[in-house]
Amino acid sequence: MKEQTANEFDNRPEMAWCPGCGNYAIRNLMLQVLGEMRLERENLVFVSGIGQAAKAPQYYNVSYFNGLHGRALPAATGIKAANPRLTVVVESGDGDMYGEGGNHFLHAIRRNPDLTVIVHNNMVYGLTKGQASPTTPLGTVTPAQVHGVAAAPLNPLALAISLDASFVARVSVHRPEVMKAIVRQAIEHRGFSLVDVFQSCVTFNKVNTLRWFTDNTSEVPPGHDPSDRQAAFAMALREDPWPIGVLYRHHGRQTFEKGQKMYHADDTPLFRRRIDDAAMRTLIGRYR
Amino acid sequence: MNNQRGCTVVLGGEAGQGVQYIESVLVRVAKESGFHVFADKEYMSRIRGGINTTVIRIHSERLQAHVEGIDVLVVLNRGVVSRLGGRVGTGTLIIGEESSLDGGEGVAVPFAAIALEIGRKIYANSVALGTVCGLLGIDRDRMADQVGRQLSGKDDEVVRANLLAATRGYDLGVDLRRDKGIDFGLKPAADVAEHLLLSGTEALALGALAGGCNAVFAYPMTPGTGVFTQLAQFSREVDLVVEQVEDEIGVINMALGAWYAGGRALVTTSGGGFALMTEGVSLAGMIETPVVIHLGQRPGPATGLPTRTEQGDLNLALYAGHGEFPRIILAPGTIEQCFSFARKAFNLADAFQVPVFLLTDQYLVDSIATIPDFGGNPVEIDQRVVETGEGYRRYRLTADGISPRGIPGYGSGSVCVDSDEHDEWGRITEDLDGVRVPMADKRLRKLDGLRREVLDPELTGDPDYSTLIVGWGSTCGVIREALAALAVPGLAFLFCPQVWPLPETVAGHLARARRIIAVENNQAGQFADLLQRETGAWIATRILKYNGMPFAVEELVARIGGEL
Ligand SMILES: Cc1ncc(C[n+]2csc(CCOP(=O)(O)OP(=O)(O)O)c2C)c(N)n1
Ligand SMILES: [Mg+2]
Repeated sequence: MKEQTANEFDNRPEMAWCPGCGNYAIRNLMLQVLGEMRLERENLVFVSGIGQAAKAPQYYNVSYFNGLHGRALPAATGIKAANPRLTVVVESGDGDMYGEGGNHFLHAIRRNPDLTVIVHNNMVYGLTKGQASPTTPLGTVTPAQVHGVAAAPLNPLALAISLDASFVARVSVHRPEVMKAIVRQAIEHRGFSLVDVFQSCVTFNKVNTLRWFTDNTSEVPPGHDPSDRQAAFAMALREDPWPIGVLYRHHGRQTFEKGQKMYHADDTPLFRRRIDDAAMRTLIGRYR
Repeated sequence: MNNQRGCTVVLGGEAGQGVQYIESVLVRVAKESGFHVFADKEYMSRIRGGINTTVIRIHSERLQAHVEGIDVLVVLNRGVVSRLGGRVGTGTLIIGEESSLDGGEGVAVPFAAIALEIGRKIYANSVALGTVCGLLGIDRDRMADQVGRQLSGKDDEVVRANLLAATRGYDLGVDLRRDKGIDFGLKPAADVAEHLLLSGTEALALGALAGGCNAVFAYPMTPGTGVFTQLAQFSREVDLVVEQVEDEIGVINMALGAWYAGGRALVTTSGGGFALMTEGVSLAGMIETPVVIHLGQRPGPATGLPTRTEQGDLNLALYAGHGEFPRIILAPGTIEQCFSFARKAFNLADAFQVPVFLLTDQYLVDSIATIPDFGGNPVEIDQRVVETGEGYRRYRLTADGISPRGIPGYGSGSVCVDSDEHDEWGRITEDLDGVRVPMADKRLRKLDGLRREVLDPELTGDPDYSTLIVGWGSTCGVIREALAALAVPGLAFLFCPQVWPLPETVAGHLARARRIIAVENNQAGQFADLLQRETGAWIATRILKYNGMPFAVEELVARIGGEL
């Protein structure tokens, strides 16, 4: 706790999470990472959608865009488009990112903006009180899926690797040191980085508990080569146990913002650029 | 011939054929000859085939209105004459291949045979082009010069053959002009050289840039796409982020992200795409992040008539987005206004931190016209971003409801925006009377300032009117021309370029009329309903059209005349 109070990113808020929620652990780790990385607060932005997880940015002393349910990624991409110099971290829930925001998830990966995407994956819609999310295991009974979830769960890691995401990892709140190290790598990575975080929901998910994470996960073996896409894909499909660690990494993929012609050689943000009359007159002059 | 000082040429043919080529040479050569030009087009929703027509008015005066009457009809395919039906009159000179005349009267010109003599059938378009130029008395060298420019980059042989084809057509046109004693009374106007020739789409794209637009996001949808592709072309030369997004929901959220971080983004779409953006519009209202939305209307509901025109989405723009928040809706009536309103939209959005709509339609964006140049200093950018300091409050409660807008990366403060109800610092709140109510009041308070900056309505016709026609958006030109043609005392036209918020002066104008007639390119008279609600005026007479085509001058003359 002591680093926390001294941490410039901590705003010591009142939090709207349930006692014992895995979100607290994620928040603590995030504050530690931010503090240790000594990121410039002025150039750091958090983006989120809506849900319990999506409230996270409110509980840091940072700039944030807490937008609509499911729409964090396009907003974050727009932020990078306007100012490539900003460090942009997206933090949201599994429902937000993989459900409502599923289409954006696919295309953001293809586009590859330099974002770090941290998904609090509690395998449930927490805020709306316990309905199934895209990652809820088959057969789980919920207040809405009264006969058990019938749709096959979405595997975010396999999906991201299939789309050649530039950084794909899974961590779990029960392994804080691993999580810290990987979040840091993700932020340092240039390009779209996905960090799926196994997080307990003490109120609505009585199956995927801390105990369950401990019993059902293991670190990716030291011999795993994250640049081997086929191996990464195979690893992503494993469920017994579920892998924890960096599964895939594609170095050198061009980022979305660098792909914009105006940023090829110069990352000056939009608010410091301005079209002048001469350039405008040249364009207009073609219509004479 | 129905025009004294000008003529109307209609080109009709399949998509992908020569209509576009002939049109683009003809309008340019007409302008260079000192004539004003207005052209509008209607086309079918397909890539090839079908029948597309372009109406080109060549005139000594500046006009911007669709007409039905046709002086010269150039048919490039069978079926055009039948499709145009009653628009083809006794005064219409039809030119085309024998086989394309649909068995009706007309001057059969063997475009294809001449083209084949020169080399390939494809040169038939140049033969047709030349024939029209000869017929109109356009200078032959000017025509040749323009053909050359149009085909620049093509191989020499192709250019030479097309020039030859155009010249052969030209000679036929000159003969025809002499034999039929044709004289359109075309007199060059001295000022045309100073004018620009461009489409609503091009004007809107240029206006956006002149207003400081530096990012454009879109998902393709006719007729909004043109502005996107036009800006994409400009991005080769100017600083502009261009991204085609996966869907319109992504489009608006990306634009809001960009504005939040200091960009000035435009989104461009049509009704269906815009419908997907509505939650994002509401977000803009809540987080008070500016955004400029170009909504190019086409007939709905649903996919409707994808390539046709309508003014059916006023209510959609007016009410899109849940909750209560201010917005601005500008509806350009002319191509000049496409430019000036697009430029203004960015500054209004920035000043008031609200969504600003540019409401156009297929007819307006696809029209081209000669318009006055935008002047030596076309750029007008009023950027209101402030540098933040410690303790910065993004939503500071102020007298006018406008909180100075900081952006991340510029100052030491945190810039926090939240789609939940929030306090002055942008933090989520559930304090109802202490925070929610003052915040809601602050947002709506911006309306007061916004009303002071509205675009005034424009009155034309008899200032001592008893009958007042009201219209908005793209019907401006056609109503004005119909009014001038009617020349009835006691009749005036009130054009409302800003449809929300309405200028306070509108009520006074309406009150002075004994009778009000609304003219709208839609089925219900949405603007008339709005005027009734906002001013208490009663608008019983509504001249409406919703078959997917714009009003024509002759049609409005008859329909307004019939009401008087
Ligand atoms: C457009 C829209 N649909 C539905 C909702 C309601 N809603 C709020 S949060 C949420 C699900 C959140 O689940 P998740 O992202 O997993 O977050 P968690 O609460 O579990 O952390 C839903 C459905 C909403 N706010 N907006
Ligand atoms: Mg969840």
